[in-house]
Amino acid sequence: MLSAVALLGTSRIAGCIRISAAQGGLLALLLLCVRGTGSPYFWALAGGIAVLKGIVFPWLLRRAIRETDVQCENIPSVNYLLSLGWAAVSFAVASWISSLLSVPFHQAASPAVAAAVFMIFSGFFLIVARRLALMQVLGFVTLENGVYAFGLALAYDFPFLVELGILLDIFVAVFVMGIMVFRIHRAFDHIDTRQMTNLKDEP
Amino acid sequence: MILLSLLAVPLAGGVAAFVVRSDAWRRRLLACAAILHTALTLAAWRIVPAPVLGEWLVLDRLGLFFLTITSLLFLACAVYGLHYLRTESAGRQEDAEESFLFVNAPEARFTGCLLLFLAAMTLVLATRHLAILWIGIEATTLASAPLIYFHRHHRSLEATWKYLLICSVGIALALLGIFFLALSASVESGASIPLTVDHFVGHAASLNGRWMKAAFLCFLVGYGTKMGLAPMHTWLPDAHSEAPSMVSALLSGALLNCAMVGILRLLPIYDAAGYAAFCQSLLVKFGLFSMLVAAVFIIAQRDFKRMLAYSSVEHMGILALGIGIGGLAKWGAVLHAVNHSLAKAMMFLLAGNILRIYKTKTIAEVKGMLRRAPVTAALWTAGFLAIAGAPPFGIFLSEFIILRGMFQGGHFWAGGAYLLLLSVIFVGMAGAVTSMTQGESCCEGDRVKEPFLSFAPSLVFAVFLLITGLWIPPFLQNAVEQASRIVGVF
Repeated sequence: MLSAVALLGTSRIAGCIRISAAQGGLLALLLLCVRGTGSPYFWALAGGIAVLKGIVFPWLLRRAIRETDVQCENIPSVNYLLSLGWAAVSFAVASWISSLLSVPFHQAASPAVAAAVFMIFSGFFLIVARRLALMQVLGFVTLENGVYAFGLALAYDFPFLVELGILLDIFVAVFVMGIMVFRIHRAFDHIDTRQMTNLKDEP
Repeated sequence: MILLSLLAVPLAGGVAAFVVRSDAWRRRLLACAAILHTALTLAAWRIVPAPVLGEWLVLDRLGLFFLTITSLLFLACAVYGLHYLRTESAGRQEDAEESFLFVNAPEARFTGCLLLFLAAMTLVLATRHLAILWIGIEATTLASAPLIYFHRHHRSLEATWKYLLICSVGIALALLGIFFLALSASVESGASIPLTVDHFVGHAASLNGRWMKAAFLCFLVGYGTKMGLAPMHTWLPDAHSEAPSMVSALLSGALLNCAMVGILRLLPIYDAAGYAAFCQSLLVKFGLFSMLVAAVFIIAQRDFKRMLAYSSVEHMGILALGIGIGGLAKWGAVLHAVNHSLAKAMMFLLAGNILRIYKTKTIAEVKGMLRRAPVTAALWTAGFLAIAGAPPFGIFLSEFIILRGMFQGGHFWAGGAYLLLLSVIFVGMAGAVTSMTQGESCCEGDRVKEPFLSFAPSLVFAVFLLITGLWIPPFLQNAVEQASRIVGVF
C-alpha cells in the first residue's frame, strides 16, 4: 500500500517502475500469506506473479523508456501535493470502506482489503491525472494489482487454469500497451496523451 | 468435439497466419478458416455439442445464437477481405483525410489477429463460467487492438490507445464484479461455490443482496464499456472510424454483442435471487441514455463512419432497453440483435467501398454516388433504411416488437422517449445519406468499377433483412425463442 502512495508522489519514471515492481513482489508474498504455503500450486502461482509483475513488466516498461528516451520528469497534470492529498483522502475512504465490510475475510488479509481498495483508487487516479502514456500503463497495473489483491483477501480459490488465464491476459495487455507506447513515441515524438486530441466530436 | 474444434480452428489458423509467407495462401487460409467455423457452428444446431473440461465450456442456445451471428459476420468479412487485402497492397499509401503517407501493418499480423479475435469471441460465447467469460472478453480486446492499428498513422494510433486503455480499465472493473459476486455467495454460507451460472442459480437463495448489487454495478460499467453503452462509449466512435472497414464491421456487429452476452449471463442469477427489477431498471436507464447520446451526435455528424459508430451506440441502447423492459420486449431485443448485426456489418463494408472510391470520410464531400457507383449507392440507401428502422426491413419489425413490449408493460414514458429518439436519429441519418447518394458527382463523373466481392456480402445481408422484415422464418423464431428463454423468465 505504501508503494501506491510512493507512486503518486514519485516524479521520476524509472523510480515509479521500480516501485511498481516492488508492489508486484509484495502481491506474491500476500498470496503465500493468505493461501498458505502447503500446495505447490500456490508456490507456482506466487512465483508466476513475482516473475511477471516484479521482473517482466518493469523490464518491458524500461525498454519502452530506453527506446523512446524519455528521461525527463513525469509531467503530472495534477501536482504532487494534490496527488498526495488525494492519496490521504482515498486512504481514509478505503479504510472506512473496509471497516464497513463485515465480511469473513481471511485473518491475514484483513488489512489487505484496505490496501486493495486504496490501490484501485490510486490506479484510477494515475490513469486520469498523469499525462504520459507510460504512467497510464503503470496506473493500469496498479489498478489490476488492487483488484487482484482484493480477490486474494477474499481467499476465493479460482481453479489454477483460470488464474493462469487471468495472468496471461494481463501480461499480454501490458505487453501490447508497451508496444503502443513505443509506437506513439515514433508517430508523435512524445508520449504525452494530453496532446492526443485529434479525434473528437463537436455536439 | 465440435466445441473444441470451434475454438481450435481459428486458433490454429491465427497462429498459422503469422507463419505463412505467401499473401495469396494466407488469404485462402482466412477464407477456409471462416468457412470451416461457419460450417461447425451450423452443425452445432443439429448435434448438441457436449460440454468440454467439466462445466467450463458449454455451448447453450444463447451462446450458439450469438455464435451464429458472429460466425456469419466473420465469413462475410473474410469474403470482403479477399478483395480488400488485395487493394491494400504493401508500400506507402496516401491518407484519405490529411493526405500524408503511411504504411500498413504487416498483413500476416492483421490476418493472424483477425483469426485470434474470432477464437476469443468463440470462447466468450461458449462458456457459462464467469471467469472464463472474463478471460475471453479481455482477450477480444487484446486481439482486436492491433486490427484497429492496421493503417499506421497517428489517428488510428490515438484510437487504439483509447480503446486499449478504456476497455482494459472497464474490464478490470468487471473482474472486481466477479470477486463481489463470489463474496455474495461466501458471506452468508462461508462456502465458496464454482463461478458458473448454474451453481449461482442453484444457490440463489443464500446470496447476499448488497454484494450482488455492487457486483452488478461493476459488471454493468465494465462490460457496458465494451458494449458501448453511454456514457462509457467514448472509445467506440474513434475505434470504429479509424479501423479498416471490415474490422469496424466485426467490432460493431460481433464484438459488442459478445460484451452484451457478458451481461446477459448474469441475469438468470439475479432473477433467481429476486433482484431482476434492480438490474432491469438500470438497463433501461443506460439504454435510454445511450440512445439520447447517439441522437445528439448523429444529428451534427460530418463523418459517415462516425455516424455509423454512433448508430451502434444507439442500437446497443435499444438492446439494453429491450432486455431491461423484459417480456415481449426482451424477445424483440434478441431478434433485434441479429438484425442490427447484419445491417451494421453491411453498412460498414459499404462504407469501406465509399472510402476507397471517394478517399474521404466527410459526408459533405461524397456526392452523386448513384452516378458514380450505383450498386454501392443503392445498397447504401437500402442499408440506411434498414438500420434506421424503416419498413419493410427486419429492424423495423424488431423495434416495433420492443415498442409493443414497452406499452404492454406499461412503460409509456419510456416508450414515448424511445419513439422520439428513434425518429430524431432517422431524420439525422436521412439527411446525410440523401446528400451522399444524390446530386452531381463532384469530380470526374464516370462510373468506377465495383468488384463483385466488395458488395456481395452486403447484398446477401440486405436480402436477409428484407426477408426478416416481411416474414420471420420458423427456424429464426425458434432460435430467438430458445435464446431469450435462457436470458431469464421475467
